[in-house]
Amino acid sequence: MLWIECPNCGSRPFEEYRYGSVFPVTPEATTDAAARNVDYAWMQDNIEGITLERWFHESGCRRWFTARRDTTTDQFHPLDD
Amino acid sequence: MNEFVETLLDLPWQIGDPKPAYDVVIIGGGGHGLSTAYYLATRHGITNVCVLEANYIGSGNSGRNTTIIRSNYGLAESVRFYQRSLELYQGLEAETGCWVMHNTKGQIWLAHSVTAARTEQTRALMNAACGAHTDYILPDEIKARCPQIDLTGGGRYPVQGASYHHEGATARHDRVVWAYAQGALRKGVHIYQHTPVTGLLTESSSSGVDRVTGVQTANGAISAGTVLCAVGGRVSVVAGWAGVRLPIRTHALQAFVTNAYAQEFAPIVSSNDLVFYISQTPRGQMLIGAEYDRQASYRTATSYSYLQACSAKATTMFPFLSKLRILRSWAGICDVSPDFSPILGDSGVEGLMLSTGWGTWGFKAIPVAGEQLAEHIATGVAPPLSAPFGLDRFSTESVMADPSSAGTR
Repeated sequence: MLWIECPNCGSRPFEEYRYGSVFPVTPEATTDAAARNVDYAWMQDNIEGITLERWFHESGCRRWFTARRDTTTDQFHPLDD
Repeated sequence: MNEFVETLLDLPWQIGDPKPAYDVVIIGGGGHGLSTAYYLATRHGITNVCVLEANYIGSGNSGRNTTIIRSNYGLAESVRFYQRSLELYQGLEAETGCWVMHNTKGQIWLAHSVTAARTEQTRALMNAACGAHTDYILPDEIKARCPQIDLTGGGRYPVQGASYHHEGATARHDRVVWAYAQGALRKGVHIYQHTPVTGLLTESSSSGVDRVTGVQTANGAISAGTVLCAVGGRVSVVAGWAGVRLPIRTHALQAFVTNAYAQEFAPIVSSNDLVFYISQTPRGQMLIGAEYDRQASYRTATSYSYLQACSAKATTMFPFLSKLRILRSWAGICDVSPDFSPILGDSGVEGLMLSTGWGTWGFKAIPVAGEQLAEHIATGVAPPLSAPFGLDRFSTESVMADPSSAGTR
């Protein structure tokens, strides 16, 4: 079973958590706003490897936190690695 | 491909290394890559084709699905597209001479609420209008077609009705892959297993990649007039080599089979409210699948929590399942598109074409996607059936959103 480190509760089972989203990034100002908007609305980085995400500890402290996760192993890594 | 399979099927593998150049190089030896190669060779006479597979053919999502073939979608373009696929599947054994264990079973799509019943009634009407054979049926007919069902849904999910898709079918997944591989090999197409592609050959200028001219493998470079990317979950990585950004997220989809159920379970049954689908394999095992994992992942592990949650849902409608045991589970990494429709054809970079966005609905489309992409590659023009599914639909505000027909969420 996979265990995830919650910043408030410590190490807890994966099933207690709920995935939120990839870490939201505000798009930069550009001269080509239409292309930027299409990219912002639809396109995904879909990283194979370590990615930055928002997670929710649903069955625990019920707080949101930012996590670094490896999408090839589902292992969580400390933010300051 | 193991030795056991090779004794069953005559696959005339070519000897030696890939040639330095081909007209078409297809990355990915799954159903979609191989069917495209097959139709290029048989329909358009293009046999200077090479299929490169990182593992053995059919080892990716082609071997990790629930083998359901159906065309009961909610959009006219989708119904026509998948109906063509369903018909090609029906004729596949006659055309290739390979037994793919195609079995027309009918699919019952349950509605547990008045709203869901309206959705299924709409589906039946839309299907009839576009050439697919679907009726709305009431609980007594559901019970007659599938006596194992608990129409009260454990008291919580009462069955209001269902759409019944007469032509819903299943086929043996790896036999479909082998049928296309054999047909392509006999026409002179080259298929190389255990040959991972490590990069794309590109021509670039200051504005980015202008053109894809081939692929890089561990054994050297292969140049190609057209490169087709049919890799499933890792599509964003391959497209990224050409600077193409895709609206794809890769999620793991888990499924499992139970030990053999001694009685007949005739149809395929699915439920949008409960999010699961169930059918019986030719061996008698109950095959159950459902929604993909919420978080993006490239990991093909299955989890106890998923098996527990999905079993609970399936057992709610089919109490007999509680007497069975889970025999085997697996996961595939699905290239899920945001509108639950495939992405076919031009990538926006010359020389690179895409077959992606197959999410959890790719198996049923193996024949039609191969046929349409082969025509697209041969003529340079997107054929009418696949034209609505181009990547450019996201920038022209014409997305093909059909989440209620995907059978997942």
